[in-house]
Amino acid sequence: MKRLLRDRRAAFGVVMLALVIACAVLAPLVTGGDPNAQGDIVATRFLAPLSIDATGAFHPLGTDRFGRDVWTRLVYGARISLGVGLLAVLISVTLGVAVGALAGYGRGPLPLALLGLTDFALAVPRVVLLLLLAALWRPSTALVVVVLGLTGWMGVARLVHGEVRALAARPFVEGAVAVGARRIRVLARHILPNALTPVIVAAALGVGNAITLESSLSYLGLGVQPPTPSWGNMIASGRDVLVNAPWVATAPGVALVLVVVACTLLGDAMRDALEPSAISHQPSGRPC
Amino acid sequence: MLTRLAARALAGFGVVAGVVTLTFFLLRVAPGDPVEHLLGPAARPEQLATQRHALGLDRPMAVQYTAWVTRFVRGDWGISIAKGRPVRTVLGDAWPTTVRLVGLSLLLSYLLGIATGAVQAHRRGTRTDTALSVITVTLFAVPGFWLGLMLVMVFTYWARALPAFGAAGLDADYLTGWSRIVDGLRHLALPLATLTLIGVGGSARFVRGAMMDLAAQPFVTTARAKGLTPWQVTRRHILRNALTPVVTLLGLSLPALFSGAVLVEAVQARDYPVVTAATAVSATLVVAGNLLADALAAWLDPRIGKRQA
Repeated sequence: MKRLLRDRRAAFGVVMLALVIACAVLAPLVTGGDPNAQGDIVATRFLAPLSIDATGAFHPLGTDRFGRDVWTRLVYGARISLGVGLLAVLISVTLGVAVGALAGYGRGPLPLALLGLTDFALAVPRVVLLLLLAALWRPSTALVVVVLGLTGWMGVARLVHGEVRALAARPFVEGAVAVGARRIRVLARHILPNALTPVIVAAALGVGNAITLESSLSYLGLGVQPPTPSWGNMIASGRDVLVNAPWVATAPGVALVLVVVACTLLGDAMRDALEPSAISHQPSGRPC
Repeated sequence: MLTRLAARALAGFGVVAGVVTLTFFLLRVAPGDPVEHLLGPAARPEQLATQRHALGLDRPMAVQYTAWVTRFVRGDWGISIAKGRPVRTVLGDAWPTTVRLVGLSLLLSYLLGIATGAVQAHRRGTRTDTALSVITVTLFAVPGFWLGLMLVMVFTYWARALPAFGAAGLDADYLTGWSRIVDGLRHLALPLATLTLIGVGGSARFVRGAMMDLAAQPFVTTARAKGLTPWQVTRRHILRNALTPVVTLLGLSLPALFSGAVLVEAVQARDYPVVTAATAVSATLVVAGNLLADALAAWLDPRIGKRQA
């Protein structure tokens, strides 16, 4: 833990994420309020960053083509983008831990079946699956969460499976079994708590990945639908006005990069601090 | 080793078959209908029924599936419902451009990534390492679609230096010799730069990590102890060994050769034949990439094949 606190990467990651989460939670306090509020469309559209409109309202990041304040949309979009990322990772980590634990400590044909399922799901191209699932039903925020959650659990399942298998052979687990603890109790109280370290690292990296994937889907129009702001659909709306108002697409992209960098650095730092013996590199997927 | 590869190939075939079957039924179970997309909202029910019958979509699903599989394995991929052209041409049109672009960018991003990662691992802990780490982690985090937009904004709209789209200028047919090559390169520049840059981050981080792991190995200590210069140790003993996992990673990038754009368009039009064939192609690429990676890794490092056999 001490090593983690001294790590500059972890410090940057924690501070950056804390800032963004604070802004998202306190959105009404740090912005003008309604992200969909449109001013006088002719007088207030495409105002450059740091300008003040006719009504005296200050626009730190300018306005978009409907005269909506980009900073307000960015902050409310953080609620959506971070929320989607965190929820999706919550789903995939829960699924992954459950599958991995049962595959690692279950009996009978169950482990083999679960491992087969995991390997199959890993071999399915995630981008194809994402596009297919997201394009089949009417796009919505909930659909993005579910689709990202259901396509991201396999890595965690593999990790947990390996950890559980290794821990199950350790003396303290044999001891617990010897004193007569039931298998489910041994798994829940003795094995799983010790198997979660790599899961935390995977979750930190996974949040960054999920946020990127959400923005890619929303950028393609398959994710969060306007007027609800998300960083992905904000970039998409800025694409058409790149010449007149480059800030509309730039701001959410910069925010996205900062958050993903923070997640990645935090994940790297945690891995180095919590499991010095583990392999120090871990390639993670890239959306498009 | 060969038996193992054969078994893996068989399992891979199973995966492709499973994915394709899943797609086939998922498409038909999900809401939406290709005929409604084709004929539009003004179509009368009997017109829809006639069209469905003509396309064979009114038959039981199991019959449709069997018929599709038999034709597909014989190389008859059917005709796109939305476009009326053979599925093979729909999927194949973009293929040469995509392969050239993605192939080049993979090559460039790995070369750059290996060089960057090697420099970082060689000078680990120094300011150079930190600075390059900041750059690579940023590139790793940048979404490709946004980086593309930013490059277009800077180089096309502001600097007016490079074209944003197309593979050749409108006057390309009238250009000759060098100017034609220059025109092609100018059109290649932005997409190539985008794809290369987003790839460099990942590969550099990977190479650096792999080399740092190897640096702690006993054989590196031996190499140093026998009096080699640090650069010789890095180049001959660490880098060479680190390239094995990099080759594996390269195999895993094979699916990037398939563009998702065709798929999105086809799924939204419920163009069943195109979607199923596109899924089959990309699943095959993923499976083949995994196999290729394994085979290359085993060939480069004979211990891998023996350990797992």
